[in-house]
Amino acid sequence: MTTSASPATTVQRESAVLPGQGGITGALSDKFWRNPKLLLILMLTPPALWLGIIYLGSLFALLAQSFFSIDEFSGMVQYELTLKTYGELFRPANLDIIIRTVSMAVIVTLAAACVAFPIGYFAARYARGKWKALFYIGVMLPLWSSYLVKVYAWKLILAKEGILTWIFTKLHLTWLLEAWLTIPIIGGYSLSVSYTGTFLVFLYVWLPFMVLPVQAALERVPGSFIEASGDLGATPGQTFRHVIFPLALPGIVAGSIFTFSLTLGDYIIPQIVGSSRLFIGQAVYAQQGTAGNIPLAAAFTVVPIVIMGFYLWGAKRMGAFDAL
Amino acid sequence: MTTAVSFAKVSRHFGAVRAVDDVDLSIAEGEFFAMLGPSGSGKTTCLRLIAGFEQPTSGHIEIFGTTVEHVPPYRRNVNTVFQDYALFPHMNIIDNVAYGLMIRGMNKADRHAAANEALELVALPGYGERRPGQLSGGQRQRVALARALVNKPKVLLLDEPLGALDLKLREQMQEELKTLQRKLGITFVFVTHDQGEALSMADRVAVFNDGKIQQVGSPQDIYQRPQSRFVADFVGSSNVLEPDFVKQLTGKESFASLRPEAIRIVAADGHSATVTGNSYLGGNTRITLALGDIRISALIPADQNVPETGSTIQISWQESDLHLMEGAQ
Repeated sequence: MTTSASPATTVQRESAVLPGQGGITGALSDKFWRNPKLLLILMLTPPALWLGIIYLGSLFALLAQSFFSIDEFSGMVQYELTLKTYGELFRPANLDIIIRTVSMAVIVTLAAACVAFPIGYFAARYARGKWKALFYIGVMLPLWSSYLVKVYAWKLILAKEGILTWIFTKLHLTWLLEAWLTIPIIGGYSLSVSYTGTFLVFLYVWLPFMVLPVQAALERVPGSFIEASGDLGATPGQTFRHVIFPLALPGIVAGSIFTFSLTLGDYIIPQIVGSSRLFIGQAVYAQQGTAGNIPLAAAFTVVPIVIMGFYLWGAKRMGAFDAL
Repeated sequence: MTTAVSFAKVSRHFGAVRAVDDVDLSIAEGEFFAMLGPSGSGKTTCLRLIAGFEQPTSGHIEIFGTTVEHVPPYRRNVNTVFQDYALFPHMNIIDNVAYGLMIRGMNKADRHAAANEALELVALPGYGERRPGQLSGGQRQRVALARALVNKPKVLLLDEPLGALDLKLREQMQEELKTLQRKLGITFVFVTHDQGEALSMADRVAVFNDGKIQQVGSPQDIYQRPQSRFVADFVGSSNVLEPDFVKQLTGKESFASLRPEAIRIVAADGHSATVTGNSYLGGNTRITLALGDIRISALIPADQNVPETGSTIQISWQESDLHLMEGAQ
């Protein structure tokens, strides 16, 4: 083929294929390029071992314990398969703990969803550039400091002599606080020893875990969907009900998995802030530590897992994941 | 004839940007009206002003005689076919199409019957149970059309609805949209940056540039009698001739447009020009020519020989093909 000389041909090239980079890295690059599965296996083996043996393995070992029982006289674990320990969960004292914990988890989750939605909506639809960075810092900042410090800080805020009482006094709203504290169950001597206090601290500590997935879900809703809904006659309220909420639901469900299961398993917050009644996490702690009743502790651990299983099954049946 | 949409001195500014600048416009009922212009020319903002997604900074908008400033989109009897179709992914096709009727409180049986009818209108019967993700781009486009038409809007707005389709599908949809518009008699306002699309479909075309309307008229008007250099250049890529050259030809000092297909190669007695390049377009070949320091382009039909690059040829055109643009800057 004859071509006229163009400037490009004046650059001399030895061949159409460049020489290999040489050395071990060059040889490895070529090998992985020819055999991509090898790279995949190399990358996946360590995490698979970690997840499979250390993480899930120890969890199943713990769960297996729940099918053993404890001898009431000797206090020794009897290694015979039985459902006796699960039966103990239904004793009134233990059932109380389960109901208390699940109710708290449900309320914390609902409240977190209500608080997180406007924040996530603002961040996804209006915040740009600097404001978006500020949003992420604002949401994540509480996660950077120690959990114990935050919980103790809340204990001081909620105490009878704390800043919240002071604010209510300055606003001449002491009567409101007093009235709230006289309500049975959720009230108490002060906020720091009431279920209201426990609820507030749970809500504060787990809120970022709800905000981030909700914001991510809303981020994926194009503005044209909202405009299209309005264009077809829907008021903003109807657009929320029929378009925004269903599309954000997978995010809310993802967030609620965090807030719900974290509340179900936590044993620090109810111990520091709130009435001295036990939550599941504290019961597990007490049973496996002081009481040495590993089977009952394991059985308590199974409760949140079963609840989460039912919750996800129900959410899927209700179509929460249809928009994914 | 009733006026469907009218703009009186309408402006929409975004900060310092004048997206729409002092626009006067009147669209008649039952008209197929195209807004043509490059991106950022204000055509889409005009459409959004009609839909109600934007509010004018100043000026006055009426839809069928009713003032619509401060009227939210959900109270306007106007529907939009969005550029990205904006079909709701969590609903199947039938619920997407019936959405507007559901919002109005129509019962399920009636709205599904109406939605099925609309799907038949856009040649997608039996697709109701599918999800938007399972349809091709062309099918989604038809669903978006059905979803808008099922509400029997007074004005249908189309925001570059054919932009994402491949050439063959686009030509087919152009034909279908035009037939549909004639059949339904609804006023269509169509935004596009494709001059071929605007010329082939619309009854009237408004050419936008820099937030202003450059010219409004029938496709023939716009193509054959452009009133400004921009319109001549943007619509049909006419050659725009400078005033001093036009003065030599006609004695009048003004810009003039000359369409490439009007230029003929002749044996003698023409203007002599040097061929500087060519590009093969299939049905014809576009060649670029230099007349002294003036550059123009011409179209050579497929059945004629294309002169070689570098050769000198004689060209000519009919006096009537030279369109003077008096007053154009």
